[in-house]
Amino acid sequence: MELKRINSYTYEFPKCGDMNIPFRIYASAELLEKIRQDKTLQQARNMTCLPGILQTAYVMPDAHQGYGFPIGGVAAFDAKRGIISPGGVGYDINCGVRLLKTEYTVEDIGPHRKKLLETIFGTVPAGVGRGGATPMKKGDFLEVCARGGQWAVENGYATEEDLERTEENGRMPEADPDSLSSRAIERGIPQLGTLGAGNHFLEIQRVERIYDRDVALAFGMHDEGQVMVMIHCGSRGFGHQVASDYIHWMENELGHKGLPDRELINAPIESKLGKRYYGAMCAAVNYAFTNRQIIAHRVREAFGKVMGSSEGMSQVYDVCHNVAKMERHRIGGGTRQVCVHRKGATRSFGPGREEIPEVYRRVGQPVLIPGSMGTASYVLVGTPEAEKLSFGSTAHGAGRVMSRNQARKRFKAEKIARELDHRGIDLMSASRKCVSEEASGAYKDVEEVVRVSHEVGIGRMVARLRPEGVIKG
Amino acid sequence: MSSYKFLEHTADAKFRAFGDSLEEAFGNAALALVSLMWKWQRTKKKTSKRIEVAGRDLHQLLSVYLEEVLFLFESEGFLLAAVERLEIEEGDEGYSLRAWLQGDLDDGEYEVYGDVKAITYNEMRVEMNDSCFVQVVVDI
Repeated sequence: MELKRINSYTYEFPKCGDMNIPFRIYASAELLEKIRQDKTLQQARNMTCLPGILQTAYVMPDAHQGYGFPIGGVAAFDAKRGIISPGGVGYDINCGVRLLKTEYTVEDIGPHRKKLLETIFGTVPAGVGRGGATPMKKGDFLEVCARGGQWAVENGYATEEDLERTEENGRMPEADPDSLSSRAIERGIPQLGTLGAGNHFLEIQRVERIYDRDVALAFGMHDEGQVMVMIHCGSRGFGHQVASDYIHWMENELGHKGLPDRELINAPIESKLGKRYYGAMCAAVNYAFTNRQIIAHRVREAFGKVMGSSEGMSQVYDVCHNVAKMERHRIGGGTRQVCVHRKGATRSFGPGREEIPEVYRRVGQPVLIPGSMGTASYVLVGTPEAEKLSFGSTAHGAGRVMSRNQARKRFKAEKIARELDHRGIDLMSASRKCVSEEASGAYKDVEEVVRVSHEVGIGRMVARLRPEGVIKG
Repeated sequence: MSSYKFLEHTADAKFRAFGDSLEEAFGNAALALVSLMWKWQRTKKKTSKRIEVAGRDLHQLLSVYLEEVLFLFESEGFLLAAVERLEIEEGDEGYSLRAWLQGDLDDGEYEVYGDVKAITYNEMRVEMNDSCFVQVVVDI
């Protein structure tokens, strides 16, 4: 595909044929090379053909091929005449990242690190399939769907401060439990409070480098060597079922004729079905916030048990990177309400936005970018430029470049564990298969992704976090 | 010819399942799917399940049928070992499928080593020429 180079890190595919708008890619030459190797650009072109799409669509530096939208695709739709698409959100609704700070240093936890990991591993089910971590009745489950973080506070899993420091305050109020299928509910109940498998993880990390002291301090990161905990997971089988249900219901009601890709099935935002999907998606968003909240609660308990105290373990932030949301953005001459789809992209709002918790409103929203297994993760801060350049969005991670099959052949779990051990990183995993499939060599370089975000200005670097102990599914 | 094979796919898993009939190819597709999660060859046939699904076309039928297999695992811990019988019927509003499955309930004795998030339409194919095959990409 013929791309127009705008500057060192920005490329544009101009509007042509059945496209309603152009799209832009934020990438270095090196990342663009990788992006070109799969169907990312074709999928980005497909999304620009959808009705009601506004201004420009964007492709983030870590983009790769997905279903419907590419992973790393961002698009805004007119709130009245636009559409909403499950394929623009993804199967793992509100897959996201939560970061807790501690007041421990890496030296403090040194001798207890293995015990800490074992204790967390014992209370946060990781791996495939059934959970049973947080037994509950259907009525309670529907409360989780409707009220998310608020339910967690009332049931002793969260503090009010945790909610303030969660995107959407841990709850999208438009959630509609009546829009859920019974099978979504059945899949969701046993898996609440579980990490899952694949690229999901829980890490004990240390602040390795601070790039912006002022902002880092505002986020609670005061020193290099400070211990942090990162949780990366989503809505598990519940979200996957919501996505599958609505793809089929939309097909049955609206048909899929004329769509460039069947996974791009969508419904008008204002239609009954569009509203029902939004209500179900919000329920899955609330479920995922609660899921990460319960896991965070168990992590605090583990620190309390092993280290003697979990004091000072406050939440830095929790971001979702698979979601559709109603937001106000400047488009053309004025500000208007739009439905932003972020699929494999993180919200990156700059200072002043009212969606950001008051404590961070002066500096901007924390953006949490997880690395691949054994590599660094990053804390960035949202910028005013992002609001102009990408509807307030940036990258969400490293992004795969090698198939799981290839990775399994190329990387052996034992060797990976040995190498990590050599670098002083403990690894606990429910499955060896998962360890080799998730080898960092199978992913893009997260450093390059973050550097491009910083250079383009859609998310500025604040701190680098290095893993000390890793729990994989 | 083996009953299914996996093809290269960067982010997820892509397989083709073969058969002399569409029914056989659909049956093998379920085995290909669960081979990403457990060894169906080593799973005991202690429990029977019957599933019944409908689709407006063969692609949707394949998708909802495989989702059902996934659902039986996640909701009841049913580990598929074999598809005993499978019938596909064409009706006025599309297709219906009935399948009789054999397997065992996950009691922690089996190793479940993989996760499948969802069945997708990406690169999906249902071919019925001399020999039949279906192709599916699953999100993992």
